[in-house]
Amino acid sequence: MLLPLLLLAAAVSTADDTSLKAGVFSPPRAAPDFSLRGSDGAELKLSHYRGKVVILAFGFTSCPDVCPTTLATLAETRKKLGEQANRLQILYITVDPETDNPERMRKYLGSFDPTFVGGTGTAEQLATVRQNYGIAATRNTLGTNYTFSHSSFTYLIDRNGSLRALMPYGQSSDDYVHDLKILLSQ
Amino acid sequence: MGRALTITCMTLKSCSVNERDHSRKAVVKLLRSYWALIPIAGCALGAAGWAALTPISSASRDATFEILRGTWARRMAGDTIEILPNEIRLTLGLRDILVLKNLDDVPQIFGPTLMMPGQSFRLPFALASRYQFACTAHASGQMIIVVEPFPATPWARLRWRVRELLGPQRLREDKGSI
Repeated sequence: MLLPLLLLAAAVSTADDTSLKAGVFSPPRAAPDFSLRGSDGAELKLSHYRGKVVILAFGFTSCPDVCPTTLATLAETRKKLGEQANRLQILYITVDPETDNPERMRKYLGSFDPTFVGGTGTAEQLATVRQNYGIAATRNTLGTNYTFSHSSFTYLIDRNGSLRALMPYGQSSDDYVHDLKILLSQ
Repeated sequence: MGRALTITCMTLKSCSVNERDHSRKAVVKLLRSYWALIPIAGCALGAAGWAALTPISSASRDATFEILRGTWARRMAGDTIEILPNEIRLTLGLRDILVLKNLDDVPQIFGPTLMMPGQSFRLPFALASRYQFACTAHASGQMIIVVEPFPATPWARLRWRVRELLGPQRLREDKGSI
C-alpha cells in the first residue's frame, strides 16, 4: 500500500522538476550556508530564510547591464506573484567588496525593490561563497576604472534549503513566476 | 578543352560534316564515360530530396555530456582533457535540452555551474538564440550554446540532417564525451 504511494509521490516530484523553465539539479544538494553582512544592517545567513523560496544572485552595484536587467526582472516577478511574494526572498551577493558596503547596497537594491537584501563581506568570505556556488568573477581594469565579468545566472533555492535550479540570464519574469509557483507549492 | 570546343562547334551549325560526326562521337563517348555516374547522381538527388522533404523527429530531446569517472585524476596526471566542446548547437523541438552529468568522484565546474559527484543538470531551452555561459572548464572561460529554430523548411531540414551526419558534436556524444 505504501510503495505505490511513494512511487506516485516520486513521480509527481520528478514531473514538477522537469517542468521547470530553469535548469534543474538532480539530485538537489543542500545550498551552502554563508554568513555575511546584510544590506539591512543585520547578519545575512541563508539559513535564516528556511521556509521561504530564495533567489540567489551575484553581481556588483556598478554593473552596467547584467545586474540591473536581472534585478528589474526579479522586481517584476515579485509584483506578478502578488501575495505569494511574501514567501520569496531575493538575495544579492556582491563580487566587489571594495566598493559595495551595506549602505551602498541598500540604496542600490532599494531602487528595484525594498525587500531585496544584499550581502557583502571580506574578499575572502565572498570568495568562499563564490567557490561553494561555482560562481566566476573576474576583475577587469580599464585605465583608472574597473569592471567585473561574473556569472550572470541566478539560483533557485527551495523552502527546505535545497539548491534546486539555475535560471540563465535573460529569462523573463513570466518564466520566474512559472517556476516559483511550482517551488512555492511544494 | 577540346571537348568544349567541339560541342560549341556543333551548336553553331557551321561545321563541316566530318566535324559534326566527330563531335557526335565525342558526345557519345562522353556520355558513356559518365554513364556509371548517373545512378549515383540519382541516388544522391533522391537522398537529398528525402532529407529535405521528410519531417524530422527525435526520439530524445536531450543533448547529454558527461564527465566520466577518473577525469579529475587524469587531469591531475597531466592529461589534457576537453570536457565540453566550446560551442554546443541545439535545435528547438528536436534536441533542446542540455543535460550535463558529473560521473567523476569530485565536484566539477561543468558548463555554467558547480556539480557534485553523481549530480546531473538539465537545462531546457525555449528560445532560439546564442547563449554564453562562464565556464572554467574552457580555456576561453566561456561556453557558447547556439539554439537554432526548428528546421521547418526543406533547406533547413537538409542542413540539419547533413550537420547531424557530419557534425563533431554528434561524434562526441556518440563516444560518450569526457
